[in-house]
Amino acid sequence: MAQAVAAGHDHAHDHTPPFFQRWFNSTNHKDIGTLYLLFAFSAGIVGAFLSFGIRMEMEAPGLQYFSNPQTYNVFVTGHGLIMVFFMVMPALIGGFGNWFVPLMIGAPDMAFPRMNNISFWLTVAGFMSLVCSLFVEGAPGALGAGTGWTVYPPLSTAGHPGPAVDFAIFALHLSGAGSILGAINFITTILNMRAPGMTLHKMPLFAWSMLVTAFLLLLSLPVLAGAITMLLTDRNFGTTFFDPAGGGDPILYQHLFWFFGHPEVYIMILPAFGIVSHIISTFSRKPVFGYLAMAYAMVAIGVVGFVVWAHHMYTVGLTLQTQSYFVFATMVIAVPTGVKIFSWIATMWGGSIRFTAAMHWAVGFVFLFTVGGVTGVILANAAVDRYLHDTYYVVAHFHYVLSLGAVFIIFAGVYYWFPKMTGRIIPEWAGKLHFWLAFVGANVLFFPMHFLGLAGMPRRYADYPEAFAGWHWVATMGGHIFALGMVVFVIGVVLAFRSKERAADNPWGEGATTLEWTLSSPPPFHQYETLPVIVDEPSHAH
Amino acid sequence: MGMARAQGRRLSRGFWGGAAALAAAGILGTVTVANAAGIGQPVPWQMDLQKPVTEVATEIYNFHHLLNWIMLVIVLFVLGLLIAVVVKFNEKANPNPSRTTHNTMLEVAWTIVPVLILVAIAIPSFRVLRTQLSDPKADLMVKVIGHAWYWSYEYPETVGGFKFDANLLEGDDQVKSGQPKLLATDNEMVVPVNKIVKIQVTAADVMHSWAMPSFGFKIDAIPGRLNQFWFKAEREGTYHGQCSELCGQRHAYMPITVKVVSEQAFQAWTAEAKTKFARTDGGAKFAEAK
Repeated sequence: MAQAVAAGHDHAHDHTPPFFQRWFNSTNHKDIGTLYLLFAFSAGIVGAFLSFGIRMEMEAPGLQYFSNPQTYNVFVTGHGLIMVFFMVMPALIGGFGNWFVPLMIGAPDMAFPRMNNISFWLTVAGFMSLVCSLFVEGAPGALGAGTGWTVYPPLSTAGHPGPAVDFAIFALHLSGAGSILGAINFITTILNMRAPGMTLHKMPLFAWSMLVTAFLLLLSLPVLAGAITMLLTDRNFGTTFFDPAGGGDPILYQHLFWFFGHPEVYIMILPAFGIVSHIISTFSRKPVFGYLAMAYAMVAIGVVGFVVWAHHMYTVGLTLQTQSYFVFATMVIAVPTGVKIFSWIATMWGGSIRFTAAMHWAVGFVFLFTVGGVTGVILANAAVDRYLHDTYYVVAHFHYVLSLGAVFIIFAGVYYWFPKMTGRIIPEWAGKLHFWLAFVGANVLFFPMHFLGLAGMPRRYADYPEAFAGWHWVATMGGHIFALGMVVFVIGVVLAFRSKERAADNPWGEGATTLEWTLSSPPPFHQYETLPVIVDEPSHAH
Repeated sequence: MGMARAQGRRLSRGFWGGAAALAAAGILGTVTVANAAGIGQPVPWQMDLQKPVTEVATEIYNFHHLLNWIMLVIVLFVLGLLIAVVVKFNEKANPNPSRTTHNTMLEVAWTIVPVLILVAIAIPSFRVLRTQLSDPKADLMVKVIGHAWYWSYEYPETVGGFKFDANLLEGDDQVKSGQPKLLATDNEMVVPVNKIVKIQVTAADVMHSWAMPSFGFKIDAIPGRLNQFWFKAEREGTYHGQCSELCGQRHAYMPITVKVVSEQAFQAWTAEAKTKFARTDGGAKFAEAK
């Protein structure tokens, strides 16, 4: 990969604005990135609290904590929406994307710093609207929207006459608008503001992943916005887009939702793909194996990800031809995904690997994402999905790729870039202990869900037959172990800020070749006052 | 509408519940024994699909096992590579990293081999899918309507033209029935064994989904749409399924119970059902009765 020969920056003139100006009217990509990370952590705590409620209820059959099962549905819905839109996306895209895309491509800031600010605050406003929805009536006699994160009508229209669903729709509008603006910002920045000499084919893979993600956001979110606007007018203004009584069709909503919803899962995982490539390369002290194949595999995943949406809809009554097409298209995605898995292993092969905390999370991710990937191939087959659709098998699958995929890489990114972002060092033992608790906990939590799904346990059930009790109890125990890991994480961060130890500009050694490691830790408020120049080193030629 | 529904539920609890308990003890009492083996319902610590009792479910069962083995081999292969990397290429074992970033043969191989594996999966996958979505001639058609939160069934004029609701069996009724909690209903859908049964599914309010794991069967009940699916149960017994599309407060409390009985027992049941249940208005309407 390309390397910087000159990274000019000036420590002497580091003026930071006063507190309010700096954190509320921020136009600095690093400060906005920090805000996004803090916001994602806060929203993640709310989402985790909701999942704790879910797991406590599911520990045993019968209704233990939720006297009204509708409230359980509200918890499930809130957990899904918060984790997708207000935890994973802000952390990976708004947080790490804002922080490291400009640093990695040698840009002084994002292309539109003020738009960057409004992107963030729209996301916060969206979250506020979602939290409001928890406290107003949704279904008759119950607070909150219990529609599932998919918000399918007619449950979200006729089934929820109260304003809770309107607040939830408004939350998605706001955060969606924020994400679209953010996507425009990333595309403009990456296409126009790379340092002299950094061609697209020399650009770090995290920037590639963000470029692909930004295009997915730009093309898919307007479809979601359209669908939920139609939902809003069906609810409030007498239209019948999704109401058969007026000639509409609930399935139309599902097509629109999943045309967004499937790219959305790649929006959550592609930035993680980018980050894991850097971590593995850094700690193997080797350049990424098959750089161009890695970049174009992400492009391929992004493109094909747009034409597979109805594999979420095999049981709605699609024809044989339609189902066959979506089976075929979905399985195609396994090929570029396989290229990525094997290229990560090939990057490590022959390396001299230092197993830091960040590397633990990255290697753990490669294995767990493989497990989540193969269950995805199983579910891609409509014939088998006939049985597994809407069972806990699906819950297990998407938590393996998201909770053990995207979330593992959020933590990997934190442990990898924490010294760069703060100039402080989280003790390695904390990161490793956190990893092992999370690894064991998440597997104990989510692996038995495969068995529950195979045995026929449907999703989104507040109560269940006694036969399912055993594995649910095991899963809840796994949840406790995972939660313990989060405590270790918080302790690690507190210790980092209490310690007098300061991080070097490049704490990871010669394997860390991207531009952010040429800057101080933390980087100056404004970096690259003289743009770095990228030259190709003969030893790195492709 | 909500009130009418609530009243309907109360009515069917009191009246149909008692009737069904009698019916279960009488005509159909003989088939409940077969459930001891855990067929037609999940068992504690189950780790596999439910035992199949239709051709379609058997195909799913076998195809899923094939997939499981393929996926297990892939996961173990990746795990093996990762363990090899951790052992051989940690900084102590290998202090000097190589600079290899390309190997064309390898890259072609890990593109082509997954393609071949996927083709090998696709062939049986499409075959099983074709069986599922084939449209054989029906011996019996039943119309199934999802309501919040119970199922109702309509039988055609050819077998007597009647309809009934199936509500969750709760409390003492459930205990007395000997059927599993949250899986049993007061009235069951009764069908003859070894006959092709087609169900036409729709919903009255929000979406529901009619699922029967041991039949390898799941079809969404959608307002304004009529979905059709078929099964041929090859074994007498009582089979349990659950609503599989989030439908609100009592989503977990609208199970599905199907009794598969001999032809004679089915005739006896329809004869009694004709007198016991409400008549359909001129026979249940079917979209495309074959």
